[in-house]
Amino acid sequence: MLQFDLKKCGLRSLNSALQEQKEETNQTSWEVINPKGSHSIAVGIDAPIEVNIKGSTGYYCGGMNQQANITVKGSVGPGVAENMMSGKVVIEGDASQYAGATGQGGLLVIKGNASSRCGISMKGINIVVHGNIGHMSAFMAQSGNLIVCGDAGDALGDSLYEAKLFIRGSVKSLGTDCEQKEMRPEHMELLKQLLSEAECDAKPEEFKRYGSARKLYNFNIDNSDAY
Amino acid sequence: MCGIVGLFLKDASLQPSLGRLLSDMLVTMTDRGPDSAGIAIYADEHAGRSKFTIQSENAERDFQDLPNFLSKHLDRILDFRVNDTHAVVTLDQNVENKFSEVLTAFNPEIRIMSHGSSLEIYKEVGLPEQVTQRFHITQMSGRHGIGHTRMATESAVTTLGAHPFNTGVDQCLVHNGSLSNHNSLRRKLRREGILIETENDTEVGAAYLTWKIKNGASLGEALESSLKDLDGFFTFVVGTENGFGVVRDQIACKPAVMAETDQYVAFGSEYQALVDLPKIESAHVWEPEPATVYFWKH
Repeated sequence: MLQFDLKKCGLRSLNSALQEQKEETNQTSWEVINPKGSHSIAVGIDAPIEVNIKGSTGYYCGGMNQQANITVKGSVGPGVAENMMSGKVVIEGDASQYAGATGQGGLLVIKGNASSRCGISMKGINIVVHGNIGHMSAFMAQSGNLIVCGDAGDALGDSLYEAKLFIRGSVKSLGTDCEQKEMRPEHMELLKQLLSEAECDAKPEEFKRYGSARKLYNFNIDNSDAY
Repeated sequence: MCGIVGLFLKDASLQPSLGRLLSDMLVTMTDRGPDSAGIAIYADEHAGRSKFTIQSENAERDFQDLPNFLSKHLDRILDFRVNDTHAVVTLDQNVENKFSEVLTAFNPEIRIMSHGSSLEIYKEVGLPEQVTQRFHITQMSGRHGIGHTRMATESAVTTLGAHPFNTGVDQCLVHNGSLSNHNSLRRKLRREGILIETENDTEVGAAYLTWKIKNGASLGEALESSLKDLDGFFTFVVGTENGFGVVRDQIACKPAVMAETDQYVAFGSEYQALVDLPKIESAHVWEPEPATVYFWKH
């Protein structure tokens, strides 16, 4: 295992070392100490490596990740795993706003709570939050799955496309064009698999599914007077 | 962007370190705003005394003659302490109403930065590190304080455009965000007789709170109504004689993180501002909810 002291070595040398790793690298295990809320830790990795960050981070931790398994033993600032392509990012504490924004693949697990705009504009990522999520989550979410074991804040799934939202607790309010949908066997199966990958012991049958009512997809001629 | 910090001490043994802790917190936020910086600090208070922090562009000349002038016209000046471009004047509360008039008679260009029994405000153009050094903030003690580093978006980079803004006796405000209805609100408040000196949006926010409180609202009520009357983005931290408060607009896109231990309550625009506080590893750390007014009091 390689240990990297961020206080001594600085962010640039950490990220360039991580980004140099290729598919067949032998240096598969990395530990980052003294993150002290720094921004952009472990961004842009494209190799099957493990990165353990011991402490809390600032903005954009694990952004654009491909293949890597990144674990944060603390909380993260805004935009964690932003635009993730593949791999797995696990946050042991809480996440600030827009966690997993625009993510295209991979799995983001938040073991605490996530704040506002979690999964905004997600495009294929899977996000599992063990706690609650804040307002405007999954705004304009296009595809992928957002699973929340706690409660959701205001305006869940506003202007939603085809992402699937599974909430176990209460939903403060639904956003425009978001509605509750039936749980079918394939959704139970999907939940079972993702909950297990996220080390979460919640049961699939405790969740409700929300999705797009698809009323914003086409222009409604009855609204022409409004323009 | 702008960066905000706040520190409220529950444990009196930390009071001698308040200035140092707050300065260190503010310096970590330098990337969020390099234009100007300011600190409001709530230090000792004595019954029956008032303090004014004043600022002059020509401090060396003004602050040499001012003490005599004030003594001659006000008779009850108890202390005159110069700190770089600022000075703190302590006087008998019975003559505080006349202070502004006498100061204007001496030199109308000297500004009053703060007024209260314990509040002192220091702010200037420059990086947080430079500003905290020139005012020797690290050596100050106090019960609580707030700080701000500015990235100007709405108006010029000047001392008067820097935060914190004094909103009333022992009250002040710092702001991260931008208000979009500040022009119409400024006209309205000026018609109501509220003094607004710059084109700065936050000064309007501060004047709005002053106006509300003048009309009988508590600070909490004034902050509640700001959620309705102020249009734009804001995270506000307000300082009062007894503590500090936090409020974010409904969208809450301006960052805010808080930490609480049995020794203190701390606020930062980013977690980075909090990392060197005592026992931060075991603190309860959370984000304040949107459209919710929080207060901590001694």
